[in-house]
Amino acid sequence: MAIKLEHISYVYEADTELSVKALDDVSLEIPDGQFIGLIGHTGSGKSTLVQHLNGLLKATDGKLYYNGENIYDKDFDMKKLRSQVGLVFQYPEHQLFEIDVFSDVCFGPKNLGLPKEEVEARAKKALRQAGIEEKYEKQSPFELSGGQKRRVAIAGVLAMQPKVLILDEPTAGLDPKGRDEILGQISQLRKETGMTIILVSHSMEDVAEYVDRIIVMNKGKVKFDDVPKKVFSHVNELEEIGLAAPQMTYLMHYLKKEGFDVDEEAGTVEEAKVSILKALGKDREAQKGQGGRAC
Amino acid sequence: MLRDITLGQYYQTDSVIHRLDPRVKLVATLAYIISLFVAGNVPGYILAGLFLAWVIHMSKVPFRFMVKGMKAIVFLLCLTVVFNLFLTPGTPVVSIWKISITEEGIAIAVMMAVRLCFLIIGASIMTLTTTPNNLTDGLEKLLNPLKKVRVPVHEVSMMMSIALRFIPILMEETDKIMKAQIARGADFESGNLIQRAKNMVPLLVPLFIAAFRRANDLAMAMEARCYRGGDGRTKMKPLIYKKRDRIAYLVLIVYMILMIVVGRILMV
Amino acid sequence: MNIIEAKKLVYEYIRRDEEGNIEGVSRAVDGVDLSVNQGEFIAILGHNGSGKSTLAKHINALLTPTEGTIFVDGKDTSDEANIWDVRQSAGMVFQNPDNQIIGQVVEEDVGFGPENMGVPTKEIWERVEESLKAVGMYAYRKHSPNKLSGGQKQRVSIAGVLAMHPKCIILDEPTAMLDPNGRKEVIRAARALNQVEGVTVILITHYMEEVIYADRVFVMDEGKVVLQGTPREVFSRVEKLKGLRLDVPQVTLLAYELQKAGVNLPDGILTPEELAEELKKVRQSEDGRQ
Repeated sequence: MAIKLEHISYVYEADTELSVKALDDVSLEIPDGQFIGLIGHTGSGKSTLVQHLNGLLKATDGKLYYNGENIYDKDFDMKKLRSQVGLVFQYPEHQLFEIDVFSDVCFGPKNLGLPKEEVEARAKKALRQAGIEEKYEKQSPFELSGGQKRRVAIAGVLAMQPKVLILDEPTAGLDPKGRDEILGQISQLRKETGMTIILVSHSMEDVAEYVDRIIVMNKGKVKFDDVPKKVFSHVNELEEIGLAAPQMTYLMHYLKKEGFDVDEEAGTVEEAKVSILKALGKDREAQKGQGGRAC
Repeated sequence: MLRDITLGQYYQTDSVIHRLDPRVKLVATLAYIISLFVAGNVPGYILAGLFLAWVIHMSKVPFRFMVKGMKAIVFLLCLTVVFNLFLTPGTPVVSIWKISITEEGIAIAVMMAVRLCFLIIGASIMTLTTTPNNLTDGLEKLLNPLKKVRVPVHEVSMMMSIALRFIPILMEETDKIMKAQIARGADFESGNLIQRAKNMVPLLVPLFIAAFRRANDLAMAMEARCYRGGDGRTKMKPLIYKKRDRIAYLVLIVYMILMIVVGRILMV
Repeated sequence: MNIIEAKKLVYEYIRRDEEGNIEGVSRAVDGVDLSVNQGEFIAILGHNGSGKSTLAKHINALLTPTEGTIFVDGKDTSDEANIWDVRQSAGMVFQNPDNQIIGQVVEEDVGFGPENMGVPTKEIWERVEESLKAVGMYAYRKHSPNKLSGGQKQRVSIAGVLAMHPKCIILDEPTAMLDPNGRKEVIRAARALNQVEGVTVILITHYMEEVIYADRVFVMDEGKVVLQGTPREVFSRVEKLKGLRLDVPQVTLLAYELQKAGVNLPDGILTPEELAEELKKVRQSEDGRQ
């Protein structure tokens, strides 16, 4: 039960002067239930990659398996794949079109040919999962704030009840408050449902505290694929391909070089704090507290 | 896909044709189209073809790009060929049931196809070698006399150049919205005509909203940059005829005379 | 003479229902005083809806105040006759890079402003050249804007404003739609304008790490200025910023947490290097004590 990519390559505008190799021999396995951060700067191939996962783009070369079935087989049910691998595009609020919030969220399940009651039940559930209160259901989606619109759009995909949810830069253009709310909601969703989530982003700091695994893309290839701490340890290589590791990583590396006995892998403010206090020998109180609990 | 339309897509390189005054190119394109209708015989078409080939060569635009523009009219081309092929009376070559293909039919079909191809390629050369802004500038200046009869020439040409600038952006947007709706299970390909039209709603509504949003933003950006209509505006690239433009007009006149001589007078 | 001088500026939106009846009035900007000296680098921070963009549009006379006054380069923006002078002395760059480029070729777009102002042809070319060079986009002058990256498009937009020879440039969330590389490019260009060309820059943003280079920072919330001062002063108010749900750079946050845990650090640390240096000092003094 998973998505498996074998030597996937994709070329835009093949056979012309403008041909661009967007994906170059990518092999990956995405097991069920993982929370993955897919990182890369614009043009690294990350958006192209996720469009392969639900069959919107067909690889020029290579094979893609969903639960062991080759999705490029003639009799493969593409519609079913699209309902199980939900893809939320960048600026998803730009796809809203219905007269009110509720009908817009119903669009997906309706397309699956479900009975009316089921459609409405799913829409309601999806709206709650995306954090939209009932009082907004009859409003026009265009009257909502930017952050709310985006949640409605995410609900529109959730209503298909996918097994895998892919979000392409879900925080683009939002302010810090909107960003934290959306990321918090996604993390909550994952806790509640245990679904596979792939978060596409260009910010390491955004995803660092949420995900189990980070895949870094560069020039159509997978550059790193590991747990966040291990990925961040390649500070210099990340810098070279124009991606910044979290500020904490820089600080810890710098301190280490200056002879502080700190944990270089600390990626969040909390971890860094503990590590620095320890290095300064000021952690006695903290240790005491922890020791008490351990006994 | 929509993206295949080359019309309005500038190909960037440096050639004599690129440097010509847009007015020359506009007039020449018009003249060339007329010449295609003047030509009534094979030598005429050969001459038109040679002239076109020479201009393509001079323009340094790869031929591929012009062929790309043809894809958009394949349907029209087939239709013309089919109509002429089957509906021209004359000496039959092949006859199946009541329909017959005639010698004259073949001749006219080929002629029409060639004429249409030349026409599209000719027009593509103009758009491939002239930036749309330049083109509208040319049009504005050519039509300037109409200002006296209160035709808003400047405004129209500004609107045209903005439209041209936003076509690729809106096309990309269309593609994106379409994909997003397909990801939500939308179906743009099956069903009868009415159903299909209905299925377009999830595409068209967001597209219109996007277009209005962009228009609004753009209007504000233009105002912020002191845009207030055509009065008192100066030009970064004012249109002044140079020596090469005069030569181009001369070449054009020679071509037109040749065309009339070869295509009409030699006909008999 | 101050380039921008706003006194008790108020701007009200009138909300209407579907029939066009007045439903209510919302104050987007509520009694803001702002004075900016020639050559300063100012940053305005705040959430969407905090009134920062509305304020920005006043500086360019795209909006005029409901109450209060705003003078730009000594000219009252409420006076219809001053509009074009104001727009010339205070140029504006907007958020969406695609929706503000008019030209089909980079250099033609940069020339758009001067054309509107009636600048003679020869001078337009000079201005276009120097502006594109100032933002490092001269090599792309013949390119189509559609083929550029977001950061490059924004730099073209900045050049387009620069070519109008403004005294002041307002950047209204110029980096909100860009990736980290693009963001850096744009901020670098803005700083260069300020330092090399001496243009007054007003940067509106919600990214904290972009404001650390500013001379002064204004934080807006619900139409009011709620915090102002140097970046260091503003960032030392960690609790207040958190209360406004604004981001605090991670290093600043860490320094604050360490301070709370009893480490002797100064307020408002802004960069990892700075914190590392301060920690070294702490270690030395500890060693000294032992």
